[in-house]
Amino acid sequence: MKEKKFAVMDGNEAAAYVAFRVNEVIAIYPITPSSNMGEWCDEWAAKGYKNIWGITPTVVEMQSEGGAAGAVHGALQAGALTTTFTASQGLLLKIPNMFKIAGELTPTVFNISARTLATHALSIFGDHSDVMAARTTGFGMMASSSVQEVMDLELIAYASALESRIPMIHFFDGFRTSHEENKIEIVPDEIMREMISDDLVKAHRLRSLNPEHPVIRGTAQNPDVFFQNRETVNRFYINCPAIVQKQMDKFAQLTGRQYHLFDYYGHPEAEYIVIIMASGAETARETVKYLVNNFDEKVGVVQVHLYRPFSLEHFIAAIPASVKSIAVLDRTKEPGALGEPLYQDVVHALVESMDSGSAKFKAMPKVVGGRYGLSSKEFTPAMVKAVLDNLKGKNPKNHFTIGIVDDVTFTSLDYDPNFSIESDKVIRAMFFGLGADGTVGANKNSVKIIGEHTDNYAQGYYVYDSRKAGTLTVSHLRFGPEPIHAPYLITNANFVACHQTVFIEKYNMLDNLVEGGTFLINIPFEKDKVWDYFPSSVQKQIIEKKIRVFCIDAQKVAEASGMGRRINTIMQVCFFAISGILPREQAIQAIKESIIRTYGKKGDEVVRMNIQAVDNTLENLYEVEIPQKVTASFDVNSPVPDYAPAFVKNVQGPMIAFRGDTLPVSAFPVDGTWPTGTTQYEKRNIALEIPVWDENTCIQCGKCALVCPHATIRIKVFEPKYLENAPATFKVMDAKDKEFAGLKYSIQIAPEDCTGCGVCVEVCPVKNKTNPKLKALNMAPQLPLREQEAKNWNFFLSIPDMERTKIKVTNLRQQQLQRPLFEFSGACSGCGETPYVKLVSQLFGDRAIIANATGCSSIYGGNLPTTPWTKDANGRGPVWSNSLFEDNAEFGFGFRLAIDKQKEIAINLLKNLASQVGEQLVKEIINAKQKDEASIYEQRERVALLVEKLKEINTSEAKKLMTIADYLVKKSVWIIGGDGWAYDIGYGGLDHVIAMGKDVNLLVLDTEVYSNTGGQASKATPLGAVAKFAANGKPAFKKDLGWMAMSYGNVYVASVAFGAKDEHTLRAFLEAEAYEGPSIIIAYSHCIAHGIDMSRPLTQHKLAVDTGQWILYRYNPELRQQGQNPLILDSKAPSVPISQYMHSETRFRMLANSNPELARTLEELAQKHIQERYQIYKYLSERKINSSD
Amino acid sequence: MDLTVTYLGLKLKSPLVASSSPLTESMKNIKKLEDAGAGAIVLPSLFEEQIRGEQLGLYYHTTQGTYSYAESLTYFPESDEYRFGSEQYLDLITKAKSTVSIPIIASLNGASEGGWTEFAKQIEQAGADALELNIYFIPTDKNQPGSQVEKVYFDILKAVKSAVKIPVAVKLSPYFSNFANFAQQIVENGANALVLFNRFYQPDIDLDQLEVRPNIHLSTSHANRLPMRWIAILKHQLNVDFAASSGIHTSDDVVKMLLVGANVTMLCSALLKNGVFYLLQLEKELIEWMQEHEYESVAQMIGIMSQEKASNPSEYERAQYVKAISSYKF
Repeated sequence: MKEKKFAVMDGNEAAAYVAFRVNEVIAIYPITPSSNMGEWCDEWAAKGYKNIWGITPTVVEMQSEGGAAGAVHGALQAGALTTTFTASQGLLLKIPNMFKIAGELTPTVFNISARTLATHALSIFGDHSDVMAARTTGFGMMASSSVQEVMDLELIAYASALESRIPMIHFFDGFRTSHEENKIEIVPDEIMREMISDDLVKAHRLRSLNPEHPVIRGTAQNPDVFFQNRETVNRFYINCPAIVQKQMDKFAQLTGRQYHLFDYYGHPEAEYIVIIMASGAETARETVKYLVNNFDEKVGVVQVHLYRPFSLEHFIAAIPASVKSIAVLDRTKEPGALGEPLYQDVVHALVESMDSGSAKFKAMPKVVGGRYGLSSKEFTPAMVKAVLDNLKGKNPKNHFTIGIVDDVTFTSLDYDPNFSIESDKVIRAMFFGLGADGTVGANKNSVKIIGEHTDNYAQGYYVYDSRKAGTLTVSHLRFGPEPIHAPYLITNANFVACHQTVFIEKYNMLDNLVEGGTFLINIPFEKDKVWDYFPSSVQKQIIEKKIRVFCIDAQKVAEASGMGRRINTIMQVCFFAISGILPREQAIQAIKESIIRTYGKKGDEVVRMNIQAVDNTLENLYEVEIPQKVTASFDVNSPVPDYAPAFVKNVQGPMIAFRGDTLPVSAFPVDGTWPTGTTQYEKRNIALEIPVWDENTCIQCGKCALVCPHATIRIKVFEPKYLENAPATFKVMDAKDKEFAGLKYSIQIAPEDCTGCGVCVEVCPVKNKTNPKLKALNMAPQLPLREQEAKNWNFFLSIPDMERTKIKVTNLRQQQLQRPLFEFSGACSGCGETPYVKLVSQLFGDRAIIANATGCSSIYGGNLPTTPWTKDANGRGPVWSNSLFEDNAEFGFGFRLAIDKQKEIAINLLKNLASQVGEQLVKEIINAKQKDEASIYEQRERVALLVEKLKEINTSEAKKLMTIADYLVKKSVWIIGGDGWAYDIGYGGLDHVIAMGKDVNLLVLDTEVYSNTGGQASKATPLGAVAKFAANGKPAFKKDLGWMAMSYGNVYVASVAFGAKDEHTLRAFLEAEAYEGPSIIIAYSHCIAHGIDMSRPLTQHKLAVDTGQWILYRYNPELRQQGQNPLILDSKAPSVPISQYMHSETRFRMLANSNPELARTLEELAQKHIQERYQIYKYLSERKINSSD
Repeated sequence: MDLTVTYLGLKLKSPLVASSSPLTESMKNIKKLEDAGAGAIVLPSLFEEQIRGEQLGLYYHTTQGTYSYAESLTYFPESDEYRFGSEQYLDLITKAKSTVSIPIIASLNGASEGGWTEFAKQIEQAGADALELNIYFIPTDKNQPGSQVEKVYFDILKAVKSAVKIPVAVKLSPYFSNFANFAQQIVENGANALVLFNRFYQPDIDLDQLEVRPNIHLSTSHANRLPMRWIAILKHQLNVDFAASSGIHTSDDVVKMLLVGANVTMLCSALLKNGVFYLLQLEKELIEWMQEHEYESVAQMIGIMSQEKASNPSEYERAQYVKAISSYKF
């Protein structure tokens, strides 16, 4: 090993590494893909790590990015070295403070993992739309293109900010750089000490607000002086670029790595150059190097490191005088502008320099601008080549796009996807795994082993699914003797591994494998049976490309080693054994050492299990003999069935099959509008086991359908005549309900949509009388049942739904006959939120309009390719939209205002048209109460009649009424989100909206943690629970949101837990919706982030209620109007000690494992608090209400 | 009044010992027990199986769902160090030793060969004065002869004895075909004391759910007849200390156990039911009994009602009550 210190880390860790060392206060708020930076800092602070001055920085999680920015501003003003991390909408929320921070010339660096801003859709992936939106704040802007640059330039940015007093945005590409693992050289603390001047730190402190030498800042200025004041900062901006270059030079002296504000690479007499920043620059640089070295092409690239302040002088100096044409690439889109920001700056710079005569070119070079890489769209050497080739033409295309096919406005450049610059010295490996099997973890481990324990370099990048359950992960790993600069996915791998057998029927993984490459598959067959399992196109490629195939039954080895489904270590051993990247013995030793490093702290048992898996692997690894010809008569499955609608087949199908990149612009709607009801076409088949109904044991309680998170258990009651064409295995029994006498009852499972969570089996309350091990639902392997049950499912769907008016919705067993209009979502297996969401869709879906806060529910509710909100047989169903994270209550409130307004207009028109459509009908429509299904149905009938009549009336008023007559039928506004929204970032809005008195229904899916971003503490997190930013257990009590809402007196409030008392949940939902004012339901939602057995989550609901941790109640203002106490306490007094609940969930138990004394103290405190809280609720619910109150 | 006794070679100020129970798991209670006059304290059992389960549980739950979805790659913060049951247990020994001056006896229930000796060594290093082996397993294999079952006990004991120097007591169940012989072999294999008897958790059936459920009942005085009989029978057959355990609730129970030969009496349910300071009352009543019956020391009392010394020794062997045999006269 070399003397310098190397480590493998991703961009986020590199950024956090420096930030933690040169700051004293860190205020953050989680947002993808920046969350990890804050989490690293929090973790290091919790462990007591020190910054370069020997101090542990204070890390605080605020309620929003706006809050974090405020705290940063304050801390800076009060003299601390302070920073924050963010991205996307988070950066937007910081902008107001950023203007202030820059206006006051306050040095800081904000690290931004640049991410797409939500426009027609949200995207968690990377581009520069966020940082470009902040370019007017006055912050300097520095861009890094690789993990190494992140570490280096960030330090330079800090040093420069302190000296120049210009605060800096230091940005790098979200995911591509923030999440790419690469081997980098660590900047030692001593160098950081040298780069950060104590004098400048002192100067910063002396400028702080200190009562010992009082000043004021933040004054209000008027027309007389504001302008002049604003111009006082000019010289700081003028001086800044030279300061940054000076710091870059100093850094070069200390480390040997030299950067410039604008770095030029390429032919010294280049004629065609690309100007670009961040990770795309690295791809451009490597491509240019390849073209110059191999073909002596006169091409070059200017990499922008300091984008703001933009130094004209340095910029012009960086461009070779020989240049003829320039392509400027922007990773953002600014609709309506003449060009994207960097393009405009370059044009501007060239014009100014030509004007002033400072340019060295003979003639003004031709400049074109183009967009690339929006939302992490791949940007490859092939694309760089196409951009350069475009410049060589007589009339290079301007305002082009690269990387897509634009067949509408024809902006796109063609490129040759087969062009590659990959070096033969680099091993390129792709691993197709399942989220749950540990593939990514093992690959991260391999990258560490190679990168940190050999002289080789390593790179790891991981592509995840858009769903949370049964997800495909693709790991892209490169290993080689030289540093790896390839920020794009592998398309020509030497090694491809398929970690889950089922993938071979779904995806053609071998497309990515080079000739003579190696394919490893985990498959539960003997080696001579493996070939027969391969689809024809796979067999064909294996023969044609002369691929070597290895197989292992990893599941068998895993089980024998006690590892369950986690085959990670086994497949890792296979990779090392086959790839020969290290000598076999050395590799095995390295893996074992790494197991001890990784799992040692988690206990000997885990280490033992993994080591055993290593030892058992090689004897089960075989090479498969390849026949000479294709023998399979089947091929890779089509992603969607033939009967799917055209849009699903033509657009969503390719997306499901990972061919979305090939879809042209014309395939898509122009405004982000997307059809509902499309998950039904994507048969994911992810369950190993599915429930099987035993009709002889079933008591028809309906609980299984209620708790099913994915709506894959359905109930129907129907006339016997519909059974005429039933498949032989279709199960049915007589309906037990008196109201349904003479009808048939059936429970059917959607076998290909079920995730196999087993919650239905947990809830099933009835035991088989002869064998109490069995219930009315029992899990059985999916594969043997798949075909039969798929037929039964299709038949079941063909039976009509029970008419909604005939269903007694207050009775759960009947209510569950209502068709779910939310089905087969991408939520986690066993999700605790979706049963509530589904219940809303069943009860009110055909007239519901839903505002959904960003978070888990917006992801499983609206993440493409397919979406779960769907329609009933009449074509009605919920409409759904996501605005932002913070504004959801207001967004939904807006729905209400619009609905009410249109209803008001409709009623006015109706009144005016009364004589023509009939006085009686008008009266009935206007006075309709619409309190229940029956009366709503009647109103629908009336409105249908009205519309018929309006068709006959040829007036403008009648036409106007036709367009809004729908609003005469009651609409149900639902505002849905998690606790992060309701308790933290959206609380202000939520509070305002419930105070406004309008008829909206808020559903808080309270998982007590930010689930979607990976478990950060929120104000809903209970005392003692370990979460990110609460590594030592949450030190404060959970905020009592319901209590706060009740204080208004006119808000319906309910606290529910469906696993503890399902009828209570149902009642609360019905009451909340019926209440003609604001309602809020706070719903206990178990979550994977609680660290519980997700197949038995309802036990946790019961425990939460029995211990008093979660109190069930309803506060109904209508009762008050009737002279009754509005608060009904639906929980009994706590009967189980809280310790029992806390010991049953890893989130609490972790603290007992890391700090047992503290855990005990918090447990005692929690117990006391629970008793007190219950007593207060009891007192309030028992209070006599005077009619005069 | 001299209440001191010797048990496991340790000099105890009283024969009233706090048995292994949830009570002895907190430092607060350990301190209180000393204040209330306990002669020694047996800590709760360290269950190897539970520790393994805990480790696997943490591993499973902290990796569940990770690296599946780009926004939530993990769900929990990473700690540098986790302290599982065993480490916490060792901490408890160390803390107890530094806080109280009465002997601290650790209790161990292993699950694997290595586990018994490894944990026993750690317990010794942590400073425990003695170790109580809580060996139990319920043989359910009809093909396994009783001798094999007994051998398991001997093997464990031998292994532990060879690993540690502190005295070792063995807590046993009465379910052996010839308990006296089995007990003798246990002593031969190195046990320094026998703790008679272990109360097993007996499963119950939940009639609503038709499920087998744990159902822990506190003992009553009735349960003490079994250890009383066996201590009486073995006292003078085996050269070993005895601890009476199960059903010791009143000072009368304590006295009886001492009389049949127990060196110490283990208190569990009585303290759980009546609180730690119930020890004070037991001690007071024990002294009153001694005064009333003119004993000056507990040492004088121990074993005077053992089978060997009892006036009607066969009563200890009688299995069924036979009505008034002695009143029958030819």
